[in-house]
Amino acid sequence: MVNNCEFIDWGVVDYAEAYQRQKELVKNVIKGGPQKLIVCEHPAVLTCGRTTKIDSLLAPGSVLEKQGIPVIKVDRGGDITLHSPGQLVIYPIFNLGFYRRDLHVFLRKLEQTIIDLLSGFGIVANRIPDRTGVWVGGKKIASIGIGVSKWVSYHGVGFNFATDLSLFSLIRPCGLDVTMTSLQKLSKNEISREEVLSRLKEKFRIEFDLKYL
Amino acid sequence: MQNKLILPELGEGIVSATVVEWLVKEGDAVAIDDDVVEIATDKATFNVSAVCDGKVKQILAKSGEEVKIGGILAIIE
Repeated sequence: MVNNCEFIDWGVVDYAEAYQRQKELVKNVIKGGPQKLIVCEHPAVLTCGRTTKIDSLLAPGSVLEKQGIPVIKVDRGGDITLHSPGQLVIYPIFNLGFYRRDLHVFLRKLEQTIIDLLSGFGIVANRIPDRTGVWVGGKKIASIGIGVSKWVSYHGVGFNFATDLSLFSLIRPCGLDVTMTSLQKLSKNEISREEVLSRLKEKFRIEFDLKYL
Repeated sequence: MQNKLILPELGEGIVSATVVEWLVKEGDAVAIDDDVVEIATDKATFNVSAVCDGKVKQILAKSGEEVKIGGILAIIE
């Protein structure tokens, strides 16, 4: 089965603006519109998922204020995470009816897409049981958290392409004591955003049987 | 007439989910397909929708409570 999908690059967009746009797209897909695969980047922002623990935010409010980093509560699964320029944020607005109506299968497919993307760059990535996300040598390279309404997904994946990793010291990412890494840090060569997007688009096409419109 | 709001199947091997937040309260009117409660499993949240028009008579699972698939979340009449 082939599933129609629009691939859209929003560039750098404010988190709140992107959230509103996602909600509109979710309504469109619920009504039977084509699936959307959105990629974008956000100015630095901390977002707290539905199961954020009280001690996951390490930095005091004054530090965040000084750096101009807002903290926003959001309706996705998971704990706190950071978005900032250089991190590719991927929002699949997909109809899970095409993917067995299975929340965990969908999470695993998102992980697999990123694992396959990294494999193409010669990087061996894997899963860690009960720690949703994608890992390279015990360091986290992609965080995943989704929301689903009427079996249509929103939110998605934060993939550290060329993220300023020092910003992660503000939080315990996903409520865990983990070290983050990025594709740029792991790669010997300079990789362009265009190349990552092109390969990402192709990996999504294969994993989710997409036909781009 | 009373209808049970059931926690639906969410995928193979998923036996339960946690109630995150009720989007309605007892006494509220709901329409079919309205999102009434948000639940979570792994790194996914899922909105459970009303399967009929009516009024929320009783909420049977509080926020933070774990509910088995097929378990009753609320009574709608």
